[in-house]
Amino acid sequence: MTTSVAFEKARAEGRAALVGYLPAGYPSVDGSITALRAMVQAGVDVVEVGLPYSDPLIDGPVIQRAVDGALRAGTTTTDVLRVVEAVAATGAPAVVMSYWNPLGRYGAAAFARDLAAAGGSGVITPDLTPDADDAWLPAAREHGLDTVFLVAPSSTDERIAMTTASCRGFVYATSVMGVTGTRDQVSDAASVLVSRTRATTELPVAVGLGVSDAGQAAEIAAFADGVVVGSAFVRRMLEAPDEPAGAASVAELAGELAGGVRRR
Amino acid sequence: MDTTPGGGHVLAADRPGRFGPYGGRYVPEALVAALDELDREYAAAAQDPSFTAELDHLLTTYSGRPTPLTEAARFGAEAAHGARILLKREDLNHTGSHKINNVLGQALLTKRIGKQRVIAETGAGQHGVATATAAALMGLECVIYMGEEDTRRQALNVARMRLLGATVIPVSTGSRTLKDAINEALRDWVTNVETTNYVFGTVAGPHPFPTLVRDLQRIIGVEARQQVLDLTGRLPDAVAACVGGGSNAIGIFHAFLDDADVALYGFEAGGDGVATGRHAATITAGSPGVLHGARSYLLQDEMGQTIESHSISAGLDYPGVGPEHSWLKDTGRAAYEPVDDAEAMEAFRVLCRTEGIIPAIESSHALAGARRLGERLGKQHGPGAVILVNLSGRGDKDVDTAAKWFGIMDESGEVRA
Repeated sequence: MTTSVAFEKARAEGRAALVGYLPAGYPSVDGSITALRAMVQAGVDVVEVGLPYSDPLIDGPVIQRAVDGALRAGTTTTDVLRVVEAVAATGAPAVVMSYWNPLGRYGAAAFARDLAAAGGSGVITPDLTPDADDAWLPAAREHGLDTVFLVAPSSTDERIAMTTASCRGFVYATSVMGVTGTRDQVSDAASVLVSRTRATTELPVAVGLGVSDAGQAAEIAAFADGVVVGSAFVRRMLEAPDEPAGAASVAELAGELAGGVRRR
Repeated sequence: MDTTPGGGHVLAADRPGRFGPYGGRYVPEALVAALDELDREYAAAAQDPSFTAELDHLLTTYSGRPTPLTEAARFGAEAAHGARILLKREDLNHTGSHKINNVLGQALLTKRIGKQRVIAETGAGQHGVATATAAALMGLECVIYMGEEDTRRQALNVARMRLLGATVIPVSTGSRTLKDAINEALRDWVTNVETTNYVFGTVAGPHPFPTLVRDLQRIIGVEARQQVLDLTGRLPDAVAACVGGGSNAIGIFHAFLDDADVALYGFEAGGDGVATGRHAATITAGSPGVLHGARSYLLQDEMGQTIESHSISAGLDYPGVGPEHSWLKDTGRAAYEPVDDAEAMEAFRVLCRTEGIIPAIESSHALAGARRLGERLGKQHGPGAVILVNLSGRGDKDVDTAAKWFGIMDESGEVRA
């Protein structure tokens, strides 16, 4: 399934789509597969598979800890593709979330080819804007992958238009200025940014950064097409005593959030 | 020939932030507006006579520019095969290194933009001290990110920053050194960008930092080129500088780029030796990739994960390097070689004993390189080669490390009888 189909399905049901993130390889490659599959079963519509990177400069301490753990365990880019394959086999669209250097090192064309072969739907690039490098877009287009770029409250209207023109699948709107991590309140900036983004594109707009519970998911679902949750899932994994407990805890949160996006 | 501190060509920027295939801007979208603002304000400031005049005034009356050129005659005769070693004395700047050149310009720019808070990363602490100094001078709130490992190695500089009113935040993620301090500073910036300017310390990072910092450091070479001409009546045969991120090196190289007969040498930190894998010789042993917002050489594994660097010198302990250096390397205009810890410390010792100057361990890598060049040039041309060395900083901050290295102090810091 492509991400567009998942967003259309959610729209048809009169709700926002739920996008859930976990890094591949934490606490182990198989453990991350189990947890991501549990997420899908509990109601996550689109899965974000994080590609662990040594210098994740837009991630807060929760995701950093899990990613460090995944790297210490020796997780490779090939492992990440294996996680994508296993998750995509559930029928839910799986996108990779990756900083640019690991992709550039693997080779943009090779990564696009291998991700498509693994059944992946696309890539979210948190430190790659469409105007930063010429290598990624042609490679992604050639293999039919979604290219999800970020817009931010500080983006000018011109940059939002430039960014959404290069997006495929959906647009990722960062709700606040800051790094990933849970926050107590949904920022007012998010709905303004969604409106500004919608003025430039027909693509679904998903909002991320700082969403941790069903109430916040419902607030965002009231004005966005998708709700992205990362750190709150990762925290469940970090706090779990073992892999089965982590998967169960992640599924529990996914169920609550799936209720939230239906409550708009 | 422009010799005015901070004036004329010093602020001439080129655009748009690419050096061949290197440089650019690989950052979260949230930072683009701030980088564009910095770029725009800098371009305007460079054309504004009142800005350049204020910077000139500070460089002259506050930092002590122009810094002198010192001929290290005994060092040359005894340790560099008879080469004429000319030291550009950036160690005599206020705060003890070249870092102040950049920071005064960026702090003025911060005020011009109208922000009240500055953040910076620091490795050895020299850039942190310089930033804290400029912040105190201009009444700006100042937060410095420093790897936890470096706060131990450079405790004296932590104390200096705090005396100057800055908040020092030890960074305990990753390798707990400069690389991680930059990550943490970027995280602060993306969160507080409306009120905060990031005073970046070297010629790395996203555009416009490599250009902005280089232009503010270019004064080193502008002064030195004229001083060498005045002293010797000719241009030097070679210019030597240490390279971590590469700001002092680009600063002294730039005025010589069009002088084809002047060889440019950057000396990277070889740590325990490049063959051991424990080093910071990014250009020598790295490969092109993206780190901290720019494409350049970096130390990375097959998956593109950054490899931790190692050096006795905290200021060179960085797995990346400025993109313009990568371009100078690829075009062959500059050559880059590693100098290991032991070789650098030997040059440190010799300069202390022959010239009465205690150099920073960073700069000692350039001194070791100059000894190597003295031998090489002597074999080619006979004695009397002129080698300009950027003595980028003084060694006060390194006394503890050096005293332990040479066995003057034991590990607990007690001075041996």
